[in-house]
Amino acid sequence: MATTHPTTAPTTGPGRFHSAGPLPAPMRRPLVGWSVRDGLVVMRRHLIQTLRVPELLFFSIVQPVMFVLLFAYVFGGAIPVPGTDGPPDAALYRSFLIPGIFAQTITFAAANSTVGLAEDMHKGIVDRFRSLPMAASAVLWGRTAADAARMTLVLLVLSITGLLVGWRIEDGILRAAGAYALLLLFAYALAWIGAWVGLHMKTPEVANTAGLIWLFPVSFLSSAFVPLNGMPDWLRVVAEWNPVSSLALSCRQLFGNPTGLIPPSSEAWPMQNPVLWTVLSCLVLIAIFATLAVRRYRRVSAR
Amino acid sequence: MPDAIVAEGLVKRYGDVTALDGIDLTVPEGHVVGLLGPNGAGKTTVVRILTTLLKADGGRATVAGHDVAAHPDAVRRMIGLTGQYAAVDEYLTGRENLDMVGRLYHLPAKWVAARAEELLHRFDLADAADRPSKTYSGGMRRRLDLAASLMAHPKILFLDEPTTGLDPRSRMSVWEVISELVAEGTTVLLTTQYLEEADVLAEQIVVIDRGRVIAKGTSNSLKDEVGGDRIEAVPRDRDQMGLVVDALRPLSATEPTVDPESARVTVPVSGGSTMLIEAVRAVDAAGVVLDDVVLRRPTLDDVFLSLTGHLAEDTPTEPTKKRRGRGSKEG
Repeated sequence: MATTHPTTAPTTGPGRFHSAGPLPAPMRRPLVGWSVRDGLVVMRRHLIQTLRVPELLFFSIVQPVMFVLLFAYVFGGAIPVPGTDGPPDAALYRSFLIPGIFAQTITFAAANSTVGLAEDMHKGIVDRFRSLPMAASAVLWGRTAADAARMTLVLLVLSITGLLVGWRIEDGILRAAGAYALLLLFAYALAWIGAWVGLHMKTPEVANTAGLIWLFPVSFLSSAFVPLNGMPDWLRVVAEWNPVSSLALSCRQLFGNPTGLIPPSSEAWPMQNPVLWTVLSCLVLIAIFATLAVRRYRRVSAR
Repeated sequence: MPDAIVAEGLVKRYGDVTALDGIDLTVPEGHVVGLLGPNGAGKTTVVRILTTLLKADGGRATVAGHDVAAHPDAVRRMIGLTGQYAAVDEYLTGRENLDMVGRLYHLPAKWVAARAEELLHRFDLADAADRPSKTYSGGMRRRLDLAASLMAHPKILFLDEPTTGLDPRSRMSVWEVISELVAEGTTVLLTTQYLEEADVLAEQIVVIDRGRVIAKGTSNSLKDEVGGDRIEAVPRDRDQMGLVVDALRPLSATEPTVDPESARVTVPVSGGSTMLIEAVRAVDAAGVVLDDVVLRRPTLDDVFLSLTGHLAEDTPTEPTKKRRGRGSKEG
């Protein structure tokens, strides 16, 4: 063609506006790869989102707070906490309930990752990231980490609500800190499952319904809201091994709240070693779903 | 001149549907090639393979000398991609969006900030730079998206229907920017279903339909291939369309076509202005008063019609992937 082209880099010539200058050399590849740094850039994006859309955070707090109030005052007087004497005691149930609500709320951290990723795919943002020379894992770990980090705020508000309805940290601040750390680890693990699910969703609408269904059996088939001894045997065994139960029990023990644990559930291994089982579950879930999600991400296409 | 983009025999299947059926494509460095075709022709699939988003089932492709399947990261460092929808985070400001993309190209933060500033000015977004992009108009968002794909001075730019859904004014401003980039030496592969767009921007045009290349060449050579000029005549009284067709038929080996909506009768002719005079005489002899009569070069619409048997914006007969609604189809 007759058109002539400058052979130098595009904007080295006089431009209409102040020029940033020629393309500099890219930064040196860190020894650990780009994943950590790129993930922090992605995480920053999500944290800015959180600050800019306080409604979102607000509504993710309203739901668990509503749960606290409904369960505490509607079911509270009717559900006896095993291992305690006397008729059903609403105040006792509330101390039992709050750590369970923590566990259930944390489980739903997965929903943010599912819906968020489905939206990013739909809007072409995932395509944009995938066309950049960034680490594939960064998009996912940046998001899951941000989703888990957001949960610290949710936990803070929930704890205040708990204190208002009579729940107390009975066993010292150190053990309580352990409980919060365990909750955040669990949030991170579940966010990876949520991310993997989200990468399979065709539209954000589907993600909002079908993508979240699994969360209900997972969080309710546990000791989060009710003691295990009321369930049929086979269901009780499932619930005993459900990490949501071990998470709730760990929190009850670490906060010094009633555990509601009586035989035969108290004999089950995960109920005897709740912290160990929760940590193990988290690590295994992260290993499996991080691998699956990153693999899915590399070839995903929503359209 | 080396070729910036080379694709050989690209094949992509989705189950039983063959989306790409052996696409060959070459874009020399510093050139603009327009990939033209109707919805579902496979344009986006080609772009997705060349930008490393999708693996081909057959064939090979290199971009900037790197094999897209074997060295995707090397390719990604050299390219910019603007897709059909503005891929910007609506909660981040324009500046934050550009900043994020620049950092993910692994460029120094200080340079990224200066480059973002430069692009915000260039794309007329400086005033809106610190507002969340949620507040932007559709045209502004597309410009921001284009700016994001330019952060790292890509040598090769992929534009997948960059103006689809934009109002005419925004479309013109995007065209302007693309022309500037090309003048600066950027290689561009552009997909479009707007024939006018390919005509204005692309030096080389590749026409694809149902996953195959059905023609390639310059806009002019494609028009020559279709042959000759066109005479268009519009009778004042639309009931006389038939008389016009009869009068013009002897001028051409090809049957005149009629657009009933505009009452426009079109016939391909060779012989230039002489034929126009003959046409006017013939119509006059038939006693028809014309509102309009012109002699024109064939448009890419004519090219598409004669190559595929259907207009570019017709719905193809084969099933296509469902898309979100798009805006005005006015070219």
